Amino acid sequence: MAFPSGSLGYWLRRRLGMSEVRREKFVLAMKRLNEILDAVIHHRMGGIGLGILSFFVTLAIIAPFLPIPAPQYSFTDGQGRYLATVDPSWEHPFGTDQNGRDILSRVIWGSRISLVVGLMASVIAAVLGTLVGLISGYWGGWRDEVLMRVNDILLSLPWLALLIVLAQILGGTLSLNVIILTIGLTSWNFTARVVRAQVLSVRERVFVERAKASGASSLSILRKHIFPNVFPLVFANTILTVAVAILSESTLAFLGKVDITNLSWGVVLEDAFGSSAAINGHWAWIIMPGLALVFVILGFSLLGYALDEILNPKLRER
Amino acid sequence: MTPTALIEVDHLKTYFDTRSGTVRAVDDVSWKLEKGESLGLAGESGCGKTTTALSIIRLLPKNGRVIGGHIQYAGKDLATLKESDLRKIRWKHIAIVFQGAMNALNPVKRVSWQIAEAITIHDVVASDEAETRVDELLELVGINPKRKDDYPHEFSGGMRQRVMIAMALACRPKIIIADEPVTALDVMIQAQILELLQRLREELDLSMILISHDLSVIAETCDKVAIMYGGKIAEYGPAEEVFLEPQHPYTQGLIRSFPDIYGPRDLPPWIPGQPPNLLEPPAGCRFHPRCPQAFADCQVRDPPLFETGKDHVAACLLRAPHT
Repeated sequence: MAFPSGSLGYWLRRRLGMSEVRREKFVLAMKRLNEILDAVIHHRMGGIGLGILSFFVTLAIIAPFLPIPAPQYSFTDGQGRYLATVDPSWEHPFGTDQNGRDILSRVIWGSRISLVVGLMASVIAAVLGTLVGLISGYWGGWRDEVLMRVNDILLSLPWLALLIVLAQILGGTLSLNVIILTIGLTSWNFTARVVRAQVLSVRERVFVERAKASGASSLSILRKHIFPNVFPLVFANTILTVAVAILSESTLAFLGKVDITNLSWGVVLEDAFGSSAAINGHWAWIIMPGLALVFVILGFSLLGYALDEILNPKLRER
Repeated sequence: MTPTALIEVDHLKTYFDTRSGTVRAVDDVSWKLEKGESLGLAGESGCGKTTTALSIIRLLPKNGRVIGGHIQYAGKDLATLKESDLRKIRWKHIAIVFQGAMNALNPVKRVSWQIAEAITIHDVVASDEAETRVDELLELVGINPKRKDDYPHEFSGGMRQRVMIAMALACRPKIIIADEPVTALDVMIQAQILELLQRLREELDLSMILISHDLSVIAETCDKVAIMYGGKIAEYGPAEEVFLEPQHPYTQGLIRSFPDIYGPRDLPPWIPGQPPNLLEPPAGCRFHPRCPQAFADCQVRDPPLFETGKDHVAACLLRAPHT
């Protein structure tokens, strides 16, 4: 397949200097990606989810270019007092907070940290969960025993309490990296369970025996035969984990356990809570970051379910 | 022992350790396969056909082990060969066409990749060389090479079985073990696949071990046949002789239980009872509880294989030479 000069494919080929075979594989992979994207868009739930997420991700990316005040900028009146907790107006569509900062701007900028924490933490959880699931499912025996008991312990520990204690040990608040790491390290159990269950089923299939018969090593069977069969599950699961991770971060922020310079929706909500926004009638202050959270979580959930349905060959209608 | 035998299984014993005891799935089985020959392993479910075949390349479940006997192949004893050496024999020398082609193909991998997998494991080849080989193989089994980048679910049952055969041929093996190759297919496709196997055998000078519970399939394709019962060989000989003049009462029963298309429309006679529990096989001849011709001696004496013709043996006391 030849790319017309000037096209993206041509550029990529020149750039990566791909061989004939690799290029063909690349084209196939791209085609597959296109198919999946197409299926997601035509899947009602997936389409809605993707739409919601695109909206928030776009906002997060273009935040610096939007005509909104900086999230940390405090508006003051002539006497140098904060224009605190003003009601929604044209100037401040969601009102201002206790320090006279524009809430709309804070919600938009807050999406950055919320999304980054959610995505990074779930990538960590996905990698860990997949490794654990593959190892304990494929080799079984004592490995399975040990890994699954660790999993049980993590499942039965109240992670929130764990995180709060951790925050206390680390000096009262958690930095961004620590938050990502801890959320990631505590949310791999579900992925591991799901992957393990699937591996248990896949490894008994005849094609695994066939691969063994043709002389393939365990590692290559795991990598080339079993992993591709569980990957869709991991993918769909990771998307679902993002929702949970975002919520976890918000919860921690709301409880005041994170470094507030990492502005997230949870931080905005904590400010609102600290200023008794609900009692004082500053509805937008609570509802707007809350809605943002709900929609993003809904978006990830919808996309996750849609992908599960699309990528799972058994659920796919043909 | 003739020097021409390609593979010779000698007093093979394969047992399974289970929670309720040791299952003697294959108990003292011997046969040999000459070059270019095809051997049929026939018998009821659970009589040790597949286990015998899988023992050859030691592809047994975790609880199974070969505990005795020899498998002579090309001057080596496969029964005691190191796992790493055995891996080189697998597929390169002895390949398998698995039962149930749907599950034997990885649903998320393209057919071409799956066929090429075995090639790239055993031979160091450039990827375009493997590609050409895949094309050749598909052509050989009668599939348009244009379809090589399809997924298994885009193929019909018969085509999947053809892909399995192409896969088995990938490394130009000398022996092919076909485990129930036509079992889940309809009769028309069965005929096509069997014809394909026959043609390939002649073209590529292959030897074949065909496992089937369907005697007609074996009668159609095999030169030699081994009828197995309860983990042992009941009768072994040239296919024609075994089917026309069965010597063992079990073989006779099996053949009688086939309806005759020219005969009256009656239910054909069957063999009453069930195959023996291999945890505690009956003493003496394993077939005696179901044998219409059993006599007192059968309950205590385990019959060895008695010669009843050239290369034809039967494990039945009725065939004991009168001394």
